[in-house]
Amino acid sequence: MIEVRNLTKWFNGQPVLKNIALDVSAGEVIAIIGPSGSGKTTLLRCLNLLETPDRGHIRIADITIDAGRSMGSQQNQIRALRQRAGFVFQNFNLFPHRTALENVIEGPVVVKGEARESAETRGRALLAKVGLAGKEDAYPRRLSGGQQQRVAIARALAMQPDVILFDEPTSALDPELVGEVLTVIRDLANEQRTMIIVTHEMSFARDVAHRVLFIDQGVIVEQGEAKALFANPKEERTQRFLSKFRNDEA
Amino acid sequence: MSDSSLQLILDSLPFLLKGAGWTVLLSLGGMFFGLALGFFLALMRLSRLMVLRGVARVYVSFFRGTPLLVQLFMIYYGLPELGIQLDPLPAALVGFSLNMAAYICEILRAAIASIDRGQWEAAASIGMTRAQTLRRTILPQAARTALPPLGNSFISLVKDTSLAATIQVPEMFRQAQLITARTFEIFSMYLTAAVIYWILASALAALQNTLENRVNRHDQER
Repeated sequence: MIEVRNLTKWFNGQPVLKNIALDVSAGEVIAIIGPSGSGKTTLLRCLNLLETPDRGHIRIADITIDAGRSMGSQQNQIRALRQRAGFVFQNFNLFPHRTALENVIEGPVVVKGEARESAETRGRALLAKVGLAGKEDAYPRRLSGGQQQRVAIARALAMQPDVILFDEPTSALDPELVGEVLTVIRDLANEQRTMIIVTHEMSFARDVAHRVLFIDQGVIVEQGEAKALFANPKEERTQRFLSKFRNDEA
Repeated sequence: MSDSSLQLILDSLPFLLKGAGWTVLLSLGGMFFGLALGFFLALMRLSRLMVLRGVARVYVSFFRGTPLLVQLFMIYYGLPELGIQLDPLPAALVGFSLNMAAYICEILRAAIASIDRGQWEAAASIGMTRAQTLRRTILPQAARTALPPLGNSFISLVKDTSLAATIQVPEMFRQAQLITARTFEIFSMYLTAAVIYWILASALAALQNTLENRVNRHDQER
């Protein structure tokens, strides 16, 4: 489903991602964890080209983007890839001038040219699925952070993507609103959707992800089956990173 | 003010109002073409091409950095030397449009720049092109930010059209000048003209408020 090779990214002469290789198969849920500034968000943003990688290639389904070629010449592939890879932002980034339903149908109608009626029917169903039936006509400003993030998830789902990328989806939320968003993501995992989730919610990562990647200083330090990695991290750096979480759990 | 002054004002009113018609026409025309050209310039300023950005920047710098009066004189009195002869009204319209475009470009550019980067990214993440992103996501939001300064510029333009009197356009201020030259009723005549400008500006300010309220609809209770 997803294949990443030699992915390298520099910011101001500093490497933030070094030769990342990653394979994700269909239906797999991957959690990416790591300290702040480790490169985990940059990796996720490179996957749908919100950041331009400096080296390597990214393949999602049958679309390949090669960092060796100019991005300008690959604009069409990039847009096609983004339609296959839904993205959920830390700060939701809903369109504030559009209602919840309008946010959800924007992509299908404007980008895919879907008929408005059918997009609205699907959009209502998606909003109901994320627990927001009745909020179709609400503007984002009128919604709580948790509700906004759920609209954002519905907006990503509306494009019928092959994979959904979550960038710390609960980091901007008040603690009492985190649960409702995690519940929605957990439901999606149960549907065998392919997802990559950058998160600080360790117990969520352990319980929902099939595989966990621990990233530090731009490299994948360790990866493995989620429960095994949390129970028995092999690398010293992973152990250190997880020690606080594991102490809390104990 | 004597009865004769009052009579003179009433007698002059048709001429002043006819001039006010030109004032309105120049204002609307200058705003319309200024918006069109200014929007185009703002897109140039946002372009990936350095040449386009540079051209737009120099344009804006020149038209904001030189007096409108000098620009009008260059167009009306200067261009004929280069073989371009414009009648007073077209010359004024060209001058106001070119000048407004520079200010409007900066207003639009600033409004677009004020939109959070996350909006561009959200639009990109669902596969929108740059043009779709601008049209569907950025401009509707930038319009809210741009409306108050655009309205202010428009009101300034209405008043600045009085400069067209210096290049023989028979707009309202010119009419007032012509009448005072004949009657020497200076104060009452200019006061009348001022009141008409004031009414025009107030009407525009009211229109601006209505528009702003409509654009800000999504902020309100829902």
